[in-house]
Amino acid sequence: MSGAAWKQKVTKAFDEPGCATNRGKSDGDRKRGCSAKSLTPGAAAGGCAFDGAKIALQPIADAAHLVHGPIACEGNSWDSRNVASSGPTLYRTGFTTDLGEFDIIHGGEKKLYRAIKEIVARHAPPAVFVYVTCVPALIGDDVEAVCAAATERLATPIIPVMAPGFAGSKNLGNKLAGQTLLDYVIGTREPAETTACDINILGEYNVAGELWQITPLLDRLGVRVLASISGDGRYEKIATAHRAKLNMVVCSQALVALAREMEARFSIPFFEGSFYGISDTSTALREIAARLVSAGAPEDLLERTEALIAEEEARAWRRLAPYRDRLEGKRVLLYTGGVKSWSVVSALKEVGMVIVGTSVRKSTEEDKSRIVELLGEDAPTFGQIPAKEMWRMLSAGEADILMSGGRTQFVALKTKTPWLDINQERHHAYAGYDGMIALVAQIDAALHNPVWAEVRRPAPWEATP
Amino acid sequence: MTEVIGNGRACTTNPLKLSPALGGSLAFLGIDRCLPLLHGSQGCTAFALVLMVRHFREAIPLQTTAMSELSTILGGADNVETAIGNIYDRAKPRVIGICSTALTDTRGEDIEGELRQTLAGHDEWVDLDVVLAPTPDYAGGLQEGWAAAITAIIDELVPEGSGTRTLRQVNLLPGSHLTPGDVEEVRELIESFGLATIVLPDLAGSLDGHVPDEHVPTSLGGTTVEAIRAMGRSRMTLAIGEQMRSPAAALERRTGVPFRVFTSLTGLEATDTFVAALMEIAGSGVAERLKRQRSRLVDTMLDAHFHFSGRSIAIAAEPDLLLAMSTLVAAMGASIDCAVTTVASPAASRVPSARVTIGDLDDLERGAEGADLIIANANGRQAAERLNVPLYRTGFPIFDRLGAAQRLSVGYRGTAAVLCEIGNVLMDRGHGAHAHHEQTPAREGTFDAQAAAH
Repeated sequence: MSGAAWKQKVTKAFDEPGCATNRGKSDGDRKRGCSAKSLTPGAAAGGCAFDGAKIALQPIADAAHLVHGPIACEGNSWDSRNVASSGPTLYRTGFTTDLGEFDIIHGGEKKLYRAIKEIVARHAPPAVFVYVTCVPALIGDDVEAVCAAATERLATPIIPVMAPGFAGSKNLGNKLAGQTLLDYVIGTREPAETTACDINILGEYNVAGELWQITPLLDRLGVRVLASISGDGRYEKIATAHRAKLNMVVCSQALVALAREMEARFSIPFFEGSFYGISDTSTALREIAARLVSAGAPEDLLERTEALIAEEEARAWRRLAPYRDRLEGKRVLLYTGGVKSWSVVSALKEVGMVIVGTSVRKSTEEDKSRIVELLGEDAPTFGQIPAKEMWRMLSAGEADILMSGGRTQFVALKTKTPWLDINQERHHAYAGYDGMIALVAQIDAALHNPVWAEVRRPAPWEATP
Repeated sequence: MTEVIGNGRACTTNPLKLSPALGGSLAFLGIDRCLPLLHGSQGCTAFALVLMVRHFREAIPLQTTAMSELSTILGGADNVETAIGNIYDRAKPRVIGICSTALTDTRGEDIEGELRQTLAGHDEWVDLDVVLAPTPDYAGGLQEGWAAAITAIIDELVPEGSGTRTLRQVNLLPGSHLTPGDVEEVRELIESFGLATIVLPDLAGSLDGHVPDEHVPTSLGGTTVEAIRAMGRSRMTLAIGEQMRSPAAALERRTGVPFRVFTSLTGLEATDTFVAALMEIAGSGVAERLKRQRSRLVDTMLDAHFHFSGRSIAIAAEPDLLLAMSTLVAAMGASIDCAVTTVASPAASRVPSARVTIGDLDDLERGAEGADLIIANANGRQAAERLNVPLYRTGFPIFDRLGAAQRLSVGYRGTAAVLCEIGNVLMDRGHGAHAHHEQTPAREGTFDAQAAAH
């Protein structure tokens, strides 16, 4: 692809009329993408576009994922995401061309073709995703041409993912991954059968198996997930995604553009929802049912959905009740962003916990209004907290527990404050009704672990005589 | 002679190799109040950072010049300048250690020359040293990046010329295969001979895993710049691992301090060689405590050798660690039936195995079928699971076990510890398909009978 054409693609990826935050931005800001993390030298944090593309596509479990680049891109990162598969494991194999000096001087196209050929010969995958990284983009490897030639000669879809790291942030990479699926995968196969209750789920990556906290609920309603994009995903199913009756977008910032484009091309309506929190799960199920019925699904789906929601909610609140005695009045600091800044709040409030603060650094206007709705006009919200300030807050005991991602884990632990991982590296699944119970159980376990009393003991030489 | 050959494939499958820039950053983290800066796209930093956090279970200070497509094409000097300024203002480090990447080195710009120019224009950065390490991805792996950073630190911070020598001071240059726990063990060993030791880099001071009193945005502990500047006054440099030959030689060139390279400090013979050198340098005998430690190691070897004898072991590691571990288990009677490493090195050609493959963990998986044990980093877990062969984790990264920083495998004590750990895994495994618990006593019986007959 020429430089100009590629630029256009990136600009297009950031033009998102479906997103309220995006609409409110200036042209310049829009080009920089929707990640709040800036790309300031010496003060930047977070992954690159390649990282984002890989996060979005690698959960396709039966495909091979080949990284065309020097060793850092795959060598430092392979098999590090805790996304689960119910069957194939090929997605966990790290494939890379590991470009050396010779390849960089003479071009990496031949090596790339040989690598693809080796993978197809040995693993016979349904498809190979080829990720372009900075160095081959810089030296001008024509990866799209190599992939086109390989697709033909090897009779296997070889899909170029044009998201080199230096193109931008992780968020841009997510978007480019969605574009790749549109350009090369979705609509290339026809499903064996379709039903009036077929949906796609977009932006759920099955971290720690969270998708499997949702699918049993959908199964009970007779709603079929035609394609999961991409948690526990299968290439053939994603290729048939254009036949679904509805798209639900779970991680809205990442794949809403894909949903919008599928609406335009295939007339599939979409909505944004979340499976974090009890009321959100119910809302999402209601929305799915209502939209499927209006698209021709049997009317009784509505009733069955209400019955399931009533049963599950009653059960969930019943199971949360015992935690109330143990958690009432405990102060929690939520340092995350987006939907998680409020989606777990109602469950925490239900067990009597006090939200001393929640972060809005990655939240949309809608996220912020939900926070106000739940916590009142004086909702204790904040943006980025510098590590030094967070250290002070936790040392001073301003919160009993920090719920955050890995980046602030050690600020909590070193100040001897209980901590719970609620970001993508987490090992527990917190989606749906069961997930919320699991979350509260984990908070309870973290807060009441006897280790806190022990590690806070003064050393013998610090004890007052 | 060991044959060292490549695997002949275009596709690296389940990489063993990590990036040199990661190794360089790790070395910089052993400098006190240092902030490593990767000169590349922000993903270069993010991946390295996440892996180090998972291994050490510590917050890792690591920054990026956040190169974009445009700045890569136009040249990255502005990004380097902005990054240094931002880091200096926010974190006030004593040293910024810049590691280049394939992205910045491919364009072939004069990073070093431009950096000199930049620094010359900022008088306000008086209390800051900036070190640039060339660590492009195509120049080896983690251990090569580590060594390149140490050479760069020496060239930048150690004054040229031989000052007054301090007879009772030595330099220790530990290779990247030594854990913070190992570094502390070696330092204590040297100091038991009454020798002051300057360790470069000193991960034992920074990444040993401790609870500080306040938030520090740079590395916390490690070798101070003042100590580095004093390295030219040491009597000798002790380099651990073949990878440290080049940094030790750089130090000798600058200061005339002679050096000795010890390929490994794991194993009885290796530790004996090191202790003999320390006796010579210190001109003294050894402490009773050390004699007792050696005696305990000999006893451990006698007890443990039954479980190693005749066992088939597959190892994948960077060259120096591969040599250390394979020499250790081969000396106990095991055979190294599969050895995989990342780059050609004099260390690789001394591995006690017929062949060393320069390859990946897929080569390990192909070669480890039927083995009794796999020795590799945590990424060896997939191969181990599929082959149903136990995995003994060593090297970097180890993200699925606690205490990676405190693992000990050097000196008499460390060797005994690692032999017990591996021996226990082999004991659980039993001997071959007909393993049963009676086997060990029966073998001991045979041994006793033979001993009695002699």
